[in-house]
Amino acid sequence: MPSIVKPVVTHPSLQRNQLGLTLRDYEGSMSTLCAGCGHDSITAAIVRALWEVSIEPHMLAKMSGIGCSSKTPAYFAHGAHGFNSAHGRMPPIATGANAANRELTYIGVSGDGDSLSIGLGHLCHAIRRNVKMVYIIENNGVYGLTKGQFSASADTGSKSKRGEANEMSPIDPVMLALSIGATFVARSFSGDKDQLVPILRAALAHRGFALIDVISPCVTFNDHTGSTKSYLYTRQHELKATEVDFVPPEKEILATIAQNGITSVTMHDGSVVQFKSVPADYDPADRQKATAYLMAQQSKGVIVTGLLFVDESVSDLHEMNRTSHVPLSRIPYENLCPGSAALQELQEDFR
Amino acid sequence: MRPTDVQNPNYYHKVVDCQWACPAHTNVPEYIRLIAQGRYTDAYMLNRESNVFPAILGRTCDRPCEPACRRTRVDGKPVAICRLKRVAADLRGEIAHLLPKIPDKKNGKRIACVGAGPASLTIANDLLPLEYEVTIFEKQDKPGGLMRSNIPAFRLPERVLFEEVNMILDLGVDARFNSPVNSMRDLLSQGFDAIFVGSGAPRGKDLEIPGRHDSERIHIGIDWLESIAFGHTDSIGERVLIIGVGNTAMDCCRSSRRLGGKDIKVMARRPRKYFKASPWELEDAEEESVEIVINYAPKNFVIENGQLKGMDFERLEWDADAKRSQTIDTVFLPADDVILAIGQENAFPWIERDLGIEFDKWDMPVVNEVTMEATRPGVFFGGDSAFGPKNIIWAVEHAHQAAISIHNLCQGIPTSDRPPYGMNLVSQKMGISEWSYHNDYNPVSRQKMQHVDLVERFEQLNIEVELGFTAEQTAREVERCLNCDIQTAFTGPRCIECDACIDVCPVQCLTITRDGEEMDLRTRLSAPALNLEQALYVSAPLPQTARIMAKDEDVCVHCGLCAERCPTAAWDMQKFDLLIPYAGKTACMTSCIPA
Ligand SMILES: Cc1cc2nc3c(=O)[nH]c(=O)nc-3n(C[C@H](O)[C@H](O)[C@H](O)COP(=O)(O)OP(=O)(O)OC[C@H]3O[C@@H](n4cnc5c(N)ncnc54)[C@H](O)[C@@H]3O)c2cc1C
Ligand SMILES: Cc1ncc(C[n+]2csc(CCOP(=O)(O)OP(=O)(O)O)c2C)c(N)n1
Ligand code: SF4
Ligand code: SF4
Ligand code: SF4
Ligand SMILES: [Mg+2]
Repeated sequence: MPSIVKPVVTHPSLQRNQLGLTLRDYEGSMSTLCAGCGHDSITAAIVRALWEVSIEPHMLAKMSGIGCSSKTPAYFAHGAHGFNSAHGRMPPIATGANAANRELTYIGVSGDGDSLSIGLGHLCHAIRRNVKMVYIIENNGVYGLTKGQFSASADTGSKSKRGEANEMSPIDPVMLALSIGATFVARSFSGDKDQLVPILRAALAHRGFALIDVISPCVTFNDHTGSTKSYLYTRQHELKATEVDFVPPEKEILATIAQNGITSVTMHDGSVVQFKSVPADYDPADRQKATAYLMAQQSKGVIVTGLLFVDESVSDLHEMNRTSHVPLSRIPYENLCPGSAALQELQEDFR
Repeated sequence: MRPTDVQNPNYYHKVVDCQWACPAHTNVPEYIRLIAQGRYTDAYMLNRESNVFPAILGRTCDRPCEPACRRTRVDGKPVAICRLKRVAADLRGEIAHLLPKIPDKKNGKRIACVGAGPASLTIANDLLPLEYEVTIFEKQDKPGGLMRSNIPAFRLPERVLFEEVNMILDLGVDARFNSPVNSMRDLLSQGFDAIFVGSGAPRGKDLEIPGRHDSERIHIGIDWLESIAFGHTDSIGERVLIIGVGNTAMDCCRSSRRLGGKDIKVMARRPRKYFKASPWELEDAEEESVEIVINYAPKNFVIENGQLKGMDFERLEWDADAKRSQTIDTVFLPADDVILAIGQENAFPWIERDLGIEFDKWDMPVVNEVTMEATRPGVFFGGDSAFGPKNIIWAVEHAHQAAISIHNLCQGIPTSDRPPYGMNLVSQKMGISEWSYHNDYNPVSRQKMQHVDLVERFEQLNIEVELGFTAEQTAREVERCLNCDIQTAFTGPRCIECDACIDVCPVQCLTITRDGEEMDLRTRLSAPALNLEQALYVSAPLPQTARIMAKDEDVCVHCGLCAERCPTAAWDMQKFDLLIPYAGKTACMTSCIPA
């Protein structure tokens, strides 16, 4: 626990976004995580991305489950809505909230334990439903909050702090998501905001479910030699496969794409994700090629990062389920609940 | 960039903006903390070590520290450093037992000082404890120099002045009042081992325009103030024109107000932003209904039948940067008295020019800026006599340096051998997220000094206008200080590049990035500085990625959060104590007590 809250002072050259807000306006309360936790850096990247896209904090809903990672929504955007669900239950809560109010922007923050152990089923179905949200897995290979047991993302052979090796095979959220039809899949590293911030901005612009697996070292229980999720191991094994720039819709984009972009994807809202570099023979819009590439790299022990796959053509939850355009909170009560006579009438139809 | 050398005491010293700006390098943040703890006597003694006259300076210092104060860059107004010094002086306890002990035994070396102003008094203060005999020759009947004769009692009460001046005289100075030195040759022949000239800049500049010498009612500012101080003048006409807008002009106009002046105008040639007077002195004068008139150049005095009627002025129009002016017209302003306050000059009629003491083309002595020595060995200058009129704190600092030189000289060491500065660094870590200093500063605005009521203060000439801070104001003001001496110290090999420090810093001081030249690096900082005066603290390549840690010292608020959030204690908060050498006290040890 820090001794004080951050002083209110700001840097004299601090810039303001389109709403006139500074980066500091997107902060939350002081983090109570261990000093040096990767999760805090991801928080800082989220703060920056939200500031850059000039989102109004009250139009944001922060969703999470249980875990150190799931505590982090408290540490950004103090003006936003938030829901801290039971362990692993954030995806269904987010799905419900989304269906009830499509006007908000949803950011889910979860952990590898929360999403890949207890909440795995829920995660899969939120992916299948293409719930329009950013879904961040702060992946440290352990249950941080409960003192460092291996999680489902721990690599085979990775050692615990006490020296025991993990014998089970890991669940890789990226491969899992690709295999069940995810429409936006990325991996990044908490220690690399230059990469993470544009990915977050692209994810915010995505039409449906945007999964970002972020390697986020647990300094206290999983940053030792023998760990495959430490700062050092990640830096030694990371391969930045793709490099992206995010170009918001209002900018004149056509000219620059032709010059700088190897390939680019136009997002649902008109913004463009420019891939400045991708490996030869890699197409971030081709699920099969992406999967094959990732499998090949994985077998070499390489941690591939970058925005790995995007498909803007798939309908999202709202389109598939024809949800209300108007948030339920604004629909008059008589319409939402037309009374027992109307119920009676409906039931008659099924007789 | 080359990794920053933090072993050089100057590096961290510069981070302490106030201390760096203070000519005597007073340890401001430490004395402010001592006041916060109610340790007024300790705060006073810490001040006294470097600036010798805390009570006097706490009321009158030119305070170069304040415009430099970090708080100015962070959020507006500087910490009221000077008036906090007064708090320490006002509330201190008995200090007699803390003053330097003067040995009965003497070392046989005799030092002569000319003038009993702050410069000479500091020489005595520094050398008496080292067994020297110090003789001060003063032409007036009382000590203090311009502090007595020119700084009005409503700013500096006589009681306060006496107390600190006597503190030094009582150490055993051989003070000879009413003893003008009329010949340097004579003085040199009296067998002193060293001579210190602290005779000030005693001559007020004159204004040779028509009518100047045709009336008794045209006064030279510093002479006029002196005649008030010595009780020779106790009234002035109702309409007063002050020519010039420096600090002397401010004392003249406010003194006029107390001696019967009703319509007082301070006449300035140039626009307000080019004034020499400090902004706070202008404010104080305007509070007393003194009118400050800009762009008026004196043309001539108007005298009828031997009586001063007023003055003609040319009204000027200046170009953008006030370099060139055009005359618009000529205006007459009536006056009963005119006071000339257009500056001071040095004058050394008593120093013969064939003694090997060289003078330059402006008739100023040639003085070594480091040793304060004249071209004739054994003769030293300090204070206003050395390089022209400055202020009290410079006089003190000159004298500290001259005292070191004199001590060297008497020990047969070249005066150019200067004892180095040293430093102490002590970790402030008490536990996890616990520091031995208060790392949360108070965001309130600067406390406003209360003044004696506008009617009451004019009833007597010597009513001190400033009331001093109340206990509540003091409590708030001390917590405004950012503790710039509690330094962020970095141990690169420990860093795992987790970014925690970077993310937590409230003012985006920190950046991990690839190395480069300073100008390029500055463009890649988390938040590029507007002020380039403060340095970048750059590490050697970091272990994991070979990038470097760069800290921009500019607006760090010394909150310690970087060190709290660092998992490996690569950042630590360490109290920096500048060890200043004085005569007979070397400070060349450097020590570091890390966490
Ligand atoms: C009106 C006015 C207001 C000021 N206000 C401030 C202020 O608020 N804050 C500030 O920091 N500074 C102020 N100053 C400047 C400050 O007073 C001087 O810079 C400072 O006093 C210089 O100290 P000194 O020891 O060099 O000389 P001085 O204080 O000038 O002392 C020189 C002494 O030498 C004596 N003397 C001169 N010649 C001889 C001789 N031949 N033989 C024997 N004795 C001799 C003089 O009588 C005098 O006592 C002010 C100056 C003036 C004129
Ligand atoms: C239903 C339920 N089962 C078990 C727990 C205990 N528990 C709390 S956090 C956690 C794991 C969190 O791991 P992860 O999501 O990876 O978060 P991290 O702390 O590593 O960021 C577990 C098992 C719980 N809170 N609720
Ligand atoms: S904040 Fe305090 S330590 Fe820093 S410059 Fe101002 S007075 Fe000095
Ligand atoms: S002490 Fe550290 S965190 Fe605080 S302002 Fe300075 S560099 Fe930033
Ligand atoms: S918090 Fe410590 S370990 Fe982390 S980047 Fe900063 S200095 Fe390095
Ligand atoms: Mg985890």
